[in-house]
Amino acid sequence: MFPELNNLLNTTPDRAEQGVNLTMARERGQLVFLEGLKSAVDIFFQAQEKPHPLQFLREANAGNLKPLFEFVREALKPVDSGEAGWTYPVLLVDDLSVLLSLGLGAVAVLDFIHYCRATVCWELKGNVVVLVHDSGDVEDEENDILLNGLSHQSHLILRAEGLATGFCRDVHGQLRILWRRPSQSTSQRDQSLTYQYKIQDRSVSFFAKGMSPAVL
Amino acid sequence: MLDSLLALGGLVLLRDSVEWEGRSLLKALVKKSALCGEQVHILGCEVSEEEFREGFDSDINNRLVYHDFFRDPLNWSKTGEALPGGPLGALRAMCNRTDLGPVTIALDSLSWLLLHLPCTTLCQTLHTVSHQDSCPGDGSPVGKVHVLGLLHEELHGPGPMGALSSLAQTEVTLGGIMGQASARILCRRPRQRPTDQTQWFSILPDFSLDLQEGPSIESQPHSDPHIPPVDPTAHLTFNLHLSKKEREARDNLTLPFQFSSEKQEALLRPRPSQATSHIFYEPDAYDDLDQEDPDDDLDI
Repeated sequence: MFPELNNLLNTTPDRAEQGVNLTMARERGQLVFLEGLKSAVDIFFQAQEKPHPLQFLREANAGNLKPLFEFVREALKPVDSGEAGWTYPVLLVDDLSVLLSLGLGAVAVLDFIHYCRATVCWELKGNVVVLVHDSGDVEDEENDILLNGLSHQSHLILRAEGLATGFCRDVHGQLRILWRRPSQSTSQRDQSLTYQYKIQDRSVSFFAKGMSPAVL
Repeated sequence: MLDSLLALGGLVLLRDSVEWEGRSLLKALVKKSALCGEQVHILGCEVSEEEFREGFDSDINNRLVYHDFFRDPLNWSKTGEALPGGPLGALRAMCNRTDLGPVTIALDSLSWLLLHLPCTTLCQTLHTVSHQDSCPGDGSPVGKVHVLGLLHEELHGPGPMGALSSLAQTEVTLGGIMGQASARILCRRPRQRPTDQTQWFSILPDFSLDLQEGPSIESQPHSDPHIPPVDPTAHLTFNLHLSKKEREARDNLTLPFQFSSEKQEALLRPRPSQATSHIFYEPDAYDDLDQEDPDDDLDI
């Protein structure tokens, strides 16, 4: 789907995907979607028999995300109907900064991601992709701890930012790719790359700094 | 200097950042300890045992005792598999060890411990672990204890960082320029001045340390030697220099407010050739002309 990004990250997917139908995937059980906003409303207006994934919203003091982690683990459990379960799961979290705004501490969120890593990455050999916002110029200690703590836990960091010079129609931003676990083949020098990008209808095109086709 | 870090006992802090990770150096030091025949205990809170052991060959792996706090550090699974007491319990247990040989304890990471435990408790435990001079039972000397703590600089405020710094005998801060890693080593030996050195290095795939000279000088930007420096005083529209005659004339000139002896005598002795100055006074109608000298009553 993103051939240029695959090249930049030196990965080749096993099969060239033609396209993904998310509705069908959801019906098949391949996609499990937790809609945070809707769930949050449920927790306040419906009686809960068992702990809700977003149980921390009802707690008076800073809680933890153990119920949310248990929801994730339940969702990843293989279906016991005899057929082979889905392999190599991917957990996408969009986004973690919201959890800080809801009153959780940075350490609680980091612990949740730690447990997700242990289950998804180590136990099930899958991947975790997390979105977090950088507070930028605003001094936000908790968000900085979350961002730096996550960075230290990550093997790959993609940092998207606007251009220093401002808005541009043909170059939407800059992407910095930082590998934190240098594989045996790459040297230290290849650890960090910066590219500029333009978002198109169904894909993103990447180019080296200053080499956008619009300005050449 | 980097390869003799383990010569002293005590706590060694490895301060890393997102840009320059420190786990590779921690693994390199762990490998060094294992090759010296020490027993190595690893408190693993951040990465799985497989990931930590990756890259080590079997004889090193056999010397490593991995205390796994990665899978279930907070006992959420409640299956009873989690080690009792958590990481703090394991660290305290190392204070009461019974074997006497030298041992290295690697904390991966000290940041995880600092985020989950009160700073004072952690500092007290670290102090006890790294200052084991004699076995509590019979007083016989115990082999040196090396504690290697991996610390992520950006996660902690100046208070906890300062507390850990004061506990540590050696602090290694990782950094680098243009893909070349460096370690700034601050070493405090008892009764000696602290030393501060920077060592460039790289970690080989088998986690051995490769000490280097530093980034090559050609890669640093400097001015082109073929272009001669431009003289800014050439081709001016005004004169910046004095000729010999002008310089002499300037030196001979007396300044108007400089009080030399000639000037003093000229003032005291009025020259008859010079016309004395006159004051012409036209009194007004309202002027009060008193011929009496007002200073007469002064007794001078």
